[in-house]
Amino acid sequence: METTIQVLAAFLFALGLLTVMVRRNTIIILMGIEMMLNAANLSLVGFAQYLSQVDGQIQVFFTITIAAAESAIGLSILVNLYRHFNSIKTENAATLKG
Amino acid sequence: MTESNLPVLILLLPLVGFLINGVVLPLFHRGFAKASALESGFVATFAIGTAFVLAVVAVCGITGHVEPGESPALGSTVYQWLEIGNFKIPFELRIDRLSGVLVLIITGVGSLIHLYSIGYMSHEKCVGRYFSYLNLFCFAMLLLVMGNNLALLFFGWEGVGLCSYLLIGFWYADTEKANAGKKAFIVNRIGDLGFLIGMFLIYKTFGTLTITEIRSAILSGPGISASLATAICLALFVGATGKSAQIPLFVWLPDAMSGPTPVSALIHAATMVTAGVYMIARLNPLFDLSPVAMSVVANIGAFTALMAGTIAIAQKDIKKVLAYSTVSQLGFMFLACGVGAYQTAVFHLMTHAFFKALLFLGSGSVIHACSGEQDMTKMGGLKKHLPHTYLTMLAGSLAISGIPIFSGFFSKDEILYSTIALPGGQSHLFFVGVFTAALTAIYTGRMLAMTFFGSERLDHEKLHHLHESPATMLIPLYVLAVLATFGGLLGVPHLLGAALGHIPHVLSHWLDPVIQTRNLPLVGVQLSLHEGLVMGGSIVLAVSCFILGLKSFKEKFNISQFIPSTAGLQKLWENKYYVDECYHLLVVNPLRKLGDFSANIIDKLVIDNVVVSVGRATRDLGKRVRTIQTGDIQTYALGLGIGLIVLLWMAYKILP
Repeated sequence: METTIQVLAAFLFALGLLTVMVRRNTIIILMGIEMMLNAANLSLVGFAQYLSQVDGQIQVFFTITIAAAESAIGLSILVNLYRHFNSIKTENAATLKG
Repeated sequence: MTESNLPVLILLLPLVGFLINGVVLPLFHRGFAKASALESGFVATFAIGTAFVLAVVAVCGITGHVEPGESPALGSTVYQWLEIGNFKIPFELRIDRLSGVLVLIITGVGSLIHLYSIGYMSHEKCVGRYFSYLNLFCFAMLLLVMGNNLALLFFGWEGVGLCSYLLIGFWYADTEKANAGKKAFIVNRIGDLGFLIGMFLIYKTFGTLTITEIRSAILSGPGISASLATAICLALFVGATGKSAQIPLFVWLPDAMSGPTPVSALIHAATMVTAGVYMIARLNPLFDLSPVAMSVVANIGAFTALMAGTIAIAQKDIKKVLAYSTVSQLGFMFLACGVGAYQTAVFHLMTHAFFKALLFLGSGSVIHACSGEQDMTKMGGLKKHLPHTYLTMLAGSLAISGIPIFSGFFSKDEILYSTIALPGGQSHLFFVGVFTAALTAIYTGRMLAMTFFGSERLDHEKLHHLHESPATMLIPLYVLAVLATFGGLLGVPHLLGAALGHIPHVLSHWLDPVIQTRNLPLVGVQLSLHEGLVMGGSIVLAVSCFILGLKSFKEKFNISQFIPSTAGLQKLWENKYYVDECYHLLVVNPLRKLGDFSANIIDKLVIDNVVVSVGRATRDLGKRVRTIQTGDIQTYALGLGIGLIVLLWMAYKILP
């Protein structure tokens, strides 16, 4: 049971990472980040149950709170990005190219 | 050594004067050029005058308790200046009988010249700057004289050089005058290098730079080899030739005359230029160890005296005559040092300080009266217009010419006599000395004749402005005239003293504890017949040459006008033996060419190319590396991910 949860968490994390790296749409990238965060949450909860300790579960509350803040900031950046480039595709926001 | 605060006070007073004139008054007046000559002059004169009073008290106090084997002195160690391992330089001041004489001259003659400057500089701007430099000079000179450590002496040595530079170039807006200052500074650097090498050698040999320790190490210790002593002495003497304007480094002193005349009197006649003589007298046990170095000193001194004397006879500028005369008299002092007559050198240093300061101040009074005219061929007949200046300058001229009763007679005669009486003397030195003494009388007579006698050649405008100088200038002139007249009585020669009833040679006895003469003492020596002959001969020579000079040059100014065959010689002398031109050809121009070469070839081609190619290489490298920066956020995220994986891999596989 525990192994299944951890594998699932790892799978979710890898999926999120892949999303961040591959997709060009900034909203999707933010969603990928959310997915990685929640994969971590899942892993924490799984370990908390396995070790019969509540520490992991408490940690998850913090993560969720921070994730909310993070997505708020991310979305506001995204809005500015759109105002600036008239697009939310990452390839358009490449003016730092050397 | 008696502990006393007096040396510190004497040293600090001029420094305080410098700070008041240099910092406080400008702050108070909100501007540098606003303090009047009277105000800043009063501050400066008060500072140095008080120092003089304290110096008199200090010198009177020297005759206190004396440890056996030590010369009586006042002194104090202010603090430990430097301490690096075993290398220690205490800030130790010391007034013994030798430095006491010098301190009295510096503060005494210095006070008079400060007072004189109030009148002389009254029409100038920026007098505050002038007086602050003058006080700073006195501070440095006192440090040079009182510092009981070669490092302190060197500090003072450089300080007076700096002030000399600042004061020669006081009118810095005139490029020629500014250049004269630079020349003095640069020529002195060459000498200073020698001095530094001498100091290093002394430290290596004796392990200390404290003068009293060096002296006692030589006097009581096993001694050092003659060749090492020669090396040290010659290196130190190179320093002395720079500061005291001897062959080959004398060229800066005549140019230094472009400074204000009181500066020439104080720095370039009475005090700073005698620093070399003082240094040799101070380290006399060291110089006694090396007959070779002594002989070099004596010969350089004698030939400098001769060379400068001949140049002085052909100059038109009144200050140039006095400048070469100073070089010549300094040569006499070194001649005395070189034959081992250190007391005599100090004696001549003292009388020279009196009469040469007097002559310079007198010439300043003449120049002041003639609205800045310095060319003697345009003066003439000033006797009735400037009676006080004439009278005092006459006293100075008689003193420098060696006319009996006047101070120069005693000291010069003693030098001439010591060149044959002492074992270090050689007969050719004696004849060079006698010839130069005759020349001195002639050119001094010529200077007086051209300035004060003959027809009035001053143009109408300046004749109209002609006026005797104010009291602030005349008082110092009269005081110095009295000193120049009677100062020689401090050193009455043995023969005369015995004839007149046991008048002792005061100065020589005074200096005895400081100067351990290994040679025959001048006082109480046999050979009174020789002494009488030399004295009689030099009196006849001086009087006749002085009158010759005075009578001959009233309307004709050059020797070649009397003896046509000397025209070539006259030209040679007028152009100062072309020494400056030779130095230009041999030193200055090659250095300039080297500079050009460095600037145009080495700097522009080699260094610039290296620097530019380093820059270019960096830029090219940057061009290649910049492609990493794609600007694509996901590439960066990829890098982040790869980095994370590598870190994890390292954490689990490599580190444990």
